[in-house]
Amino acid sequence: MAVDFSVIVVVLILISLLAYPLGRGRVVAMARRTTSKPHSLSFYYGLYALVWTFVPALVVLLAWTLVADPLIETMTMNSLRDIYPGAGESILDLRLAQVKNIASGLLPAADATIAEVADSHRQALTQADALRLGVVLAIALGCAGVAILRIRPSLKSRILFEGFLRRTFFIASIVAILTTIGIIISLIYESVRFFSQYPIFDFFFGSHWSPLRSFAGGEDGGHTEGAFGMLPVMAGTIMVATIAMLVAVPIGLLAAVYMAEFAHPHVRRVAKPTLEVLAGVPTVVYGFFAALTVGPFIRDLGLLAGLEVSAQSALAAGGVMGIMIIPFISSLSDDVINAVPQSLRDGGLAVGSTHGETITKIVLPAATPGLIGAFLLGISRAIGETMIVVMAAGVSAQMTANPLDSVTTVTVQIVSLLTGDTEFDSVKTLSAFALGITLFVMTLLLNIAALSVARRVGGRYD
Amino acid sequence: MTSVGENRFQHIAKTLRRRHRQERRLKYAGCVAIILAAGFLLTMLTIITSNGITALKQAEMLVDITIPQAELLAEDGSIDLDKSRQFNWGGLVKRGFAAQFPEVTGLSQRRALTALVSENAGYELRLRVEADPALLSQSQFWVKTSDEVDVYLKGRIDRSLPEDLRPIKNVQFNWLDILEGDGRIRQAFNTSFFTAADSREPESAGILGAVVGSGLALMVTVILALPLAVMSAIYLEYFARPGVITDLIEVNINNLAAVPSIVFGLLGLAVFLNFFDLPRSAPLVGGMVLALMTLPTIIIATRVSIRAVPHSLRDAALGLGASPMQAALDHVLPLALPGILTGTIIGLAQALGETAPLIMIGMVAFIVDVPASITDPATALPVQIFIWSDSAERAFYERASLAIMVLLLFLISMNLLAVILRQKFEKKWQ
Repeated sequence: MAVDFSVIVVVLILISLLAYPLGRGRVVAMARRTTSKPHSLSFYYGLYALVWTFVPALVVLLAWTLVADPLIETMTMNSLRDIYPGAGESILDLRLAQVKNIASGLLPAADATIAEVADSHRQALTQADALRLGVVLAIALGCAGVAILRIRPSLKSRILFEGFLRRTFFIASIVAILTTIGIIISLIYESVRFFSQYPIFDFFFGSHWSPLRSFAGGEDGGHTEGAFGMLPVMAGTIMVATIAMLVAVPIGLLAAVYMAEFAHPHVRRVAKPTLEVLAGVPTVVYGFFAALTVGPFIRDLGLLAGLEVSAQSALAAGGVMGIMIIPFISSLSDDVINAVPQSLRDGGLAVGSTHGETITKIVLPAATPGLIGAFLLGISRAIGETMIVVMAAGVSAQMTANPLDSVTTVTVQIVSLLTGDTEFDSVKTLSAFALGITLFVMTLLLNIAALSVARRVGGRYD
Repeated sequence: MTSVGENRFQHIAKTLRRRHRQERRLKYAGCVAIILAAGFLLTMLTIITSNGITALKQAEMLVDITIPQAELLAEDGSIDLDKSRQFNWGGLVKRGFAAQFPEVTGLSQRRALTALVSENAGYELRLRVEADPALLSQSQFWVKTSDEVDVYLKGRIDRSLPEDLRPIKNVQFNWLDILEGDGRIRQAFNTSFFTAADSREPESAGILGAVVGSGLALMVTVILALPLAVMSAIYLEYFARPGVITDLIEVNINNLAAVPSIVFGLLGLAVFLNFFDLPRSAPLVGGMVLALMTLPTIIIATRVSIRAVPHSLRDAALGLGASPMQAALDHVLPLALPGILTGTIIGLAQALGETAPLIMIGMVAFIVDVPASITDPATALPVQIFIWSDSAERAFYERASLAIMVLLLFLISMNLLAVILRQKFEKKWQ
C-alpha cells in the first residue's frame, strides 16, 4: 500500500520526538554515573539526537520523492519505445499518459500490451513507495542510534547544534539567490527552446504578432513564420506605460511637494495613509474598474464627441494604471524631497526667494536624480503590471499611436498564451517565456538604473 | 543711487504679488493632486459598492410543488438518496411553476415561462429536502429565479428598450407582473453566495470555494515564508560575514522585491509544475509562488524590527555568557516578534491580492467544489473576481463587485490587525 508523503513526515516527527528524551536522559544518567559535568545544558543533547534523527531522513525523503517518479516514468517510456518502435515523441507521450491513467485505475486497459506496461509501471511505483518508506525509516533509526550512542558528557552538543542552526539559517538566506537563479534559468531555458524553433531576429524586430496563426496549419513548425514579431506588443506596452506615467508623475509629484513642503502635519497625517490605501488595493480591483466602468465611460464620452473609441482602449488601461502608480511615485518623491538638506532651503529663503521659488528652483533641482530614480521605478512597475491590462486592454497586437485604440502588452500576451490547456512544448507556449525574459530584463535594467541614479545623489550634499 | 535702490524695491514690490501667486498656484496644484487621487479612490469604491451591495439579495419566487413522496422514500420512511439522485427535481419544479399558468401552451411559450426559474432550482430543492425531510409534505417552496429575472427585479434592465435588445421579453414581463401582483416574488438574503463555490449559473455561484482556496494558499505561504524569512534575517543581521555571498544575498533580496509578479508565475509554471511535476491549479503551488514573492517583504520587515531592539540587550546577554545564537534566539527574537508578525501580516495581505502568478499556475480553472486539501484544484478570491468579470452575464458583474468588497474587507481587517499588533506590543525603547 502506498504510504503518503505527509504520513511519513508525521512518523519522522514522532520518532524524533522520541529521540529527544533518549538523548537527554542518556547524558543526565552518564553525568550522574561519572560525576562529570556535561559540556552543554542537558536539553542540547536531546536536540542533538532530535536533529540527527529528523534531518538526514527528511533530506533523503525529499530527494527520493522528487527523483523517483520521473525516473520510473523514464523507465516506462523506454519500454514503450521498445514496444512501439518508430513512434513519434508526441505519440509516446500520449501512450505514457494512457499507461499512467490505467495504472492508477482511472481507465480500463485498451489491450494486453498496454495492460502489461501499465502493470509493471504500477508495480514499479508501489515498490518504489515501499522502498522509500523502508529506506527513510532505516536512515532515521540508524542515525538516531548512532547519534544517541555518541552522546557523552564531553560531547560539545551546544556547539554542534548551533553550528547546525547557523548552517540552516545560511541555507534559508540562500533561497533568495536560488529564486533569482531559478527565474533566470527557467526563462533562459525555455527561451532557448523557443529561439531554436523561431529566429531570434524575427522575434525582436518582427512587426507582426499573431501567435494563434501558428495553429492555422494544425501542426507545429513550418506554419509559424511571421507570427511572433514582438514590436507591436512592445509598442503597446510602451504606450500604456507612457499614459500611466503621464497620469502618475504630475499627480504624484505635486502631491509629494504639497505633503513635504506645504501640508500642515494634520493634513499630512490623513493624506499620506489615503494615498497608501491606493497602493494597497489589489490590481485586480483596478482592472475590474478599468474594464467595466472607465473603459465604457471613455467610449461613451468618445461617442458624444463623435470619436470612435474602443471599449478596451489604451487610455482606460493606462489611465487607471497611472492612478495605481501615484502612491508609488508620491511616497518615493516625498522621501527624496525630505532628504534635501534644510540648509539649501534656508539659503534660498535667506536671499529673498519665496517659499514656492525655493521649491521649484532649489529643492526640486537638488532632488532631481532621486526623482528620476522614482520615475524609473514607476515605469518598471507599469511595464510589469499585469491584471489591469489583462482586463482592460485588448489582446490584438497592432502598431498604433492612437491611445483610443485597443493595444496589447507583453504581460497580456504572456497571460493569454499560457492560460487554457496548451501543451507545454508548442512554440506558442514557449514564446511566452521569450516575452517573459524580455520583461524581466527590462524591469531589471530599469531597477538598476533607478538605484544607480539615486545612489549618485546620495552623497551630494553631505 | 537712492533712485536705483527705490526702483529695485518698486520692482520687487510689483513682482512680489505675482511671485506669491505662483507659490499659491503650486500649493493649490498639490492640493488638487491629492484630492484627485483620493477622489478616484472614493469614486471607485462607491461604484463597486453600489453595484455589489445588491448581490446580497437574490430574487426568489413562490412555486407550488407537490413532492411525490412515494418515489423518494425508502422502506423505513427515510429519504432514499439513490432514488433522490435519480429523481427529476428540475422537471418537478418546472411542472409546478408551469401549472400556475395553465393558459400557457406550446413548447416555445412553456420554455420562455420556465426560463424564469433558475436552472439550478431543482438541484437546490433536492439538497434542501434531503437535509430536512420534513419539507417533503410542504406544498409551496421559494426557489431562486433565473439571473436575468434577478437583474431585472433589481432595476438593471430597462423595459423601454426594444424587445430584441433585452434578455427578458414582453410576454415574460407579463408573467412577472402577475407573479409580483400575487406576492409570489421576494428578495431574500443571498446565502449561497457565501456557502457555495463557483457555478455556471450566476444565481448559484458563491465565493466559498475561492475563499477557502485563498486561505489554503496563504497557509502554505506563511508556513514556508515566515520561518525562511526569520532565519535569513537572523543570519544576515548576526552571522553573515561581509563578503561576496552576503552582498549577493542582499542584492537579490532587494531585487526580488521589484520583479514583476507575473515572472514569479512563470517561475512556478516552469519549475514547480513542469520540472517537479506538482499538481496544477493547486493551492500548494500557489502558496509556494506567493511565498517566494512575499519572502523579501518579510525579510526586510524582520531585519528592521531586529535592528530596533537595542544593542545593549544583546550585549548584556553576551556579557553574561550567552552564545551569539542564544542571544539572538532567546533575547532579541522575542522582543522583535511583534514587528515580525506585523510585517508578515502586511506581506500576506499583499499575497492575498495577487492574481497574475496564480493565473500562470492554473488556479484560474472553473471549479465547482470547495477544495478540501492543498493539492485539490482550487481558485483564489482575486482570481474568482477576474473570472466573473470576464463572464457575459450581467449578474456575474454584480457578484464580482460583491466579491471585491469581501476581498477588501479581508485586506482591511488584516491591515487593522497589523496596526493593532504594532501599537499594542511594540516596545518603544528610550
